[in-house]
Amino acid sequence: MGGGINVLIKKGAEASLYLETWHDRKVIMKRRHPKKYRIPELDTMIRSQRTVHEPHIIHEAKKAGVPTPTILEVDVAEANIVMEYVEGKQVKEVLDTVAPEERLRLSGLMGRMIGRLHKHGIIHGDLTTSNMILTPHGKIVFVDFGLSERSEELEPKGVDLHLMKRALQSTHYKHAKECFKEVMKGYAESVGQEETKKVAEKIREIEKRGRYVAER
Amino acid sequence: MPANNSARSYCLGIESTADDFGVAVVSFDGKVLSNANDSYTPKEGGIHPREAARHHAEVAEKVLTEALETASVKPRDICLVAFAQGPGLGPCLRTGATAARALSSYLDVPLVGVNHCVGHIEIGKLATGAADPVTLYVSGGNTIVSAFEAGRYRIFGETLDIAIGNCLDVFARAVGLQQKKGAPFGAIVEQLAREGERFVSLPYTVKGMDLSFSGLLTAAVNAFQSKKGSLEDVCFSLQEVAFSMLTEVTERALAHTEKPEVLLTGGVAANKKLQSMLGVIAEEHDARFCVVPLRLAADNGAMIAWAGILAYKSGISTPIEKSYVDVKWRLEDVYAPWVEG
Repeated sequence: MGGGINVLIKKGAEASLYLETWHDRKVIMKRRHPKKYRIPELDTMIRSQRTVHEPHIIHEAKKAGVPTPTILEVDVAEANIVMEYVEGKQVKEVLDTVAPEERLRLSGLMGRMIGRLHKHGIIHGDLTTSNMILTPHGKIVFVDFGLSERSEELEPKGVDLHLMKRALQSTHYKHAKECFKEVMKGYAESVGQEETKKVAEKIREIEKRGRYVAER
Repeated sequence: MPANNSARSYCLGIESTADDFGVAVVSFDGKVLSNANDSYTPKEGGIHPREAARHHAEVAEKVLTEALETASVKPRDICLVAFAQGPGLGPCLRTGATAARALSSYLDVPLVGVNHCVGHIEIGKLATGAADPVTLYVSGGNTIVSAFEAGRYRIFGETLDIAIGNCLDVFARAVGLQQKKGAPFGAIVEQLAREGERFVSLPYTVKGMDLSFSGLLTAAVNAFQSKKGSLEDVCFSLQEVAFSMLTEVTERALAHTEKPEVLLTGGVAANKKLQSMLGVIAEEHDARFCVVPLRLAADNGAMIAWAGILAYKSGISTPIEKSYVDVKWRLEDVYAPWVEG
């Protein structure tokens, strides 16, 4: 990596994010560090599989019409992904403070984008407002596909949206209800009313399971 | 009713969720005075619920007598009867519940139904002094990562299909290993794995915080049958993959909750390899690593007695008419007012 700034901006259990310069561009480097508890053969396999999987899904999402960061370089051996640094703010930071109409617009937009992902069989796996960046042009860019998977089934789609709902309830509790309603409206614009009804039914079923008993 | 911390108040706990029939006497201040057990060993294959229940009914009197004699406690000194009310195998649970109801009514003392998973967590906390851990509970029937939040033990991750202990058992049987009384299949696989040298690639399945072992099991059996490696190599690889999955999910829960301790409990907690892997992540997150002692790792009556005492002391008891077993009773359905948090 060509010198420049090298700032750790997020340390997760699985990967760390660094702010770097790459050919004079501001970029994000996502690095999956080796895990000491795993034997090297398995560790290398898991890290390289995920390093291949994530850019692939990010690219698929882009094809589905969902803005995602451009992948610039993938180093499978080192388990590094270099991607575009997306200018903007996390939706998490702005959702509570913007004007009410803008809040509804953002919620609807999130829903439309989630709908596009699901329509193309992509489950994000970690839908929170901190994994969405609002650009100065008003677009929402989805980041962090580290837990994503491919599925056409109802259950993971329901879980995905349920996670979104929970993220709204925990972080944006004042507006959670209206926001999630708009998310589902936007979702319906992408996948149609009939499919949305089925997914909404699934979300209710998931919520009724003991697992989420506090939200009953 | 002497419902206090007194060392002279005793609870009798009955465990019968699966192949073990256990009876223990535990004092209200947390001393395990006896922990008697008789385990059903199938002639071939896995646990047949009705056969296991028949075994439990046959040994009940013997195990109960042993528990009282070892503890040097007379029946009239018992002031609470606790039993495993679920989750588990229906016929086995019902056998234990029937014995518990009869005892409670004969001795005229309160009855308390205990969630088996809560029992494993609470006995681990009692034995190790852990106060607020992220718990990895691994056994033949359960695989759960949990931590206490807002009144309940919340499940952060769990198996989507079979439990890790079941995966090891079925694998062992499929490759022709023989179970011996007192030596669970997990221990035999662990022993063989130590001799393994070559890693055979097997599927690693973590979905978010949840795990899946069924594909891994099939692949491990196939790897052995198609001679991709020696039995030792396949045991080694199976353990490495399965335990790495467990460790990854536990680490995620630990990073998320920032709890000060990691507790390993349940029958599979006896595995040294799993212990060492969890020890690594605990250290990296500055958490104290706690392992339930071997004698309290597998299903036992003491954990039921102790969880019963905790519930009873916070005002919970189970009237006979509500003492029906619940084979699918989930951990987070249990309101746990005795835990501070």
